[in-house]
Amino acid sequence: MSTPTGAGRLDLPGTPIFDGDTSRRGFRMNKLFMSLRDAAARERFLADEAAYCREFRLSAEQEQAVLARDWQAMIDLGGSIFYVYKLAMMDGRSMQYLGGVFTGMGEDDFLAAMRAGGRRDG
Amino acid sequence: MAEVIWGLATSHVPSIGAAMDRGKTEDPAWQALFDGYAPARAWLAEHRPDVAVLVYNDHANGIDLDFIPTFGLGTAERYEVADEGYGRRPVPDVLGHPELSFHLVESLVDEGFDLTVFQELAVDHGFTVPLSVWTPDPGDAWPCPVIPLLVNVIQYPQPTAARCYALGQALGRAIRSFPGDLTVGVLGTGGMSHQLAGTRAGFINPDFDAMWMEAVEKDPARLAALSREELIRQAGSEGIELIMWLVMRGALDEQVTKVHSDYFVPASNTAAGIALFDNRAPEA
Ligand SMILES: [Fe+2]
Repeated sequence: MSTPTGAGRLDLPGTPIFDGDTSRRGFRMNKLFMSLRDAAARERFLADEAAYCREFRLSAEQEQAVLARDWQAMIDLGGSIFYVYKLAMMDGRSMQYLGGVFTGMGEDDFLAAMRAGGRRDG
Repeated sequence: MAEVIWGLATSHVPSIGAAMDRGKTEDPAWQALFDGYAPARAWLAEHRPDVAVLVYNDHANGIDLDFIPTFGLGTAERYEVADEGYGRRPVPDVLGHPELSFHLVESLVDEGFDLTVFQELAVDHGFTVPLSVWTPDPGDAWPCPVIPLLVNVIQYPQPTAARCYALGQALGRAIRSFPGDLTVGVLGTGGMSHQLAGTRAGFINPDFDAMWMEAVEKDPARLAALSREELIRQAGSEGIELIMWLVMRGALDEQVTKVHSDYFVPASNTAAGIALFDNRAPEA
């Protein structure tokens, strides 16, 4: 429970907490993700992803994470899973695919674990 | 006087709506979930309220991170169904009930719940999936006007479980003080245990969910005492949205009659639960 990033911040293993610090860090990137709800915006994004990232003033690391589809880095750099998911949807990726990435299990094993009743602690 | 006649708790996972929209409710992966809804749907079809209040959260569709109201209430005449990126769900827009909305805002503000007021709001799957759980085939219109009550569950700090329960109790009083004969249904949505990101993604806690299901009926105060940290630890970082069930439960009487409940894993990465409570006084 002792982190330098602010009072009350939770520290639960394997559990990103989308708190104020995180949201501030990811603000512009999350805005970019939200903009992808619009078909015209998706077209512009796909035409020149780097330019689109600069338009939203992403940090260099965030831009790199987006271009490389480094989903874990997007979360680490302040992405909210509900916003990051907009980009995943655009790519035709499911929440089970993302679960496979975050856990390192891969999509098939993750899906099998969910169908078997989900994952447990410990 | 208005009266709360029932409370419905249900998950609002988008894939439940997608399974219905794409005619997959009889697929092996889904059939047990929808079979589990059937008794609740049949009862609800026989007990149509005049208005409903639906407690939910938005998921980057109707609102973004510019403003994060901890609690909000819609006062619109109509709520458009949001296009979440790939076309709106093929379900009707939602008619509101501004008269009851304004009464609720005033009563709740007088009780110290300083709600954000939404005069315009597009509602996403968090709202329309519970309506579909209630009414699978709405045709041109949902069974009655529905008022959105929003809760921030996406960005920490979420309101405490205790505050959600207290809001529900104040909501119940506000509904009962409405000067007009209305029957009201209240829906609490979200949950049950799940976590979407991190190495703990896919976490499901059936023991916690079973405890929650039992206590939400018989001992909601026990749930209201859970801390934010405890909820995230036990229900997962997204499972904390179960606090929205407590708003619904608070609006009901201390004693309720359970009509039906069911539990199903997985709906996408989530444990899906449904619980329906009859809030009318039992017949002697
Ligand atoms: Fe939700």
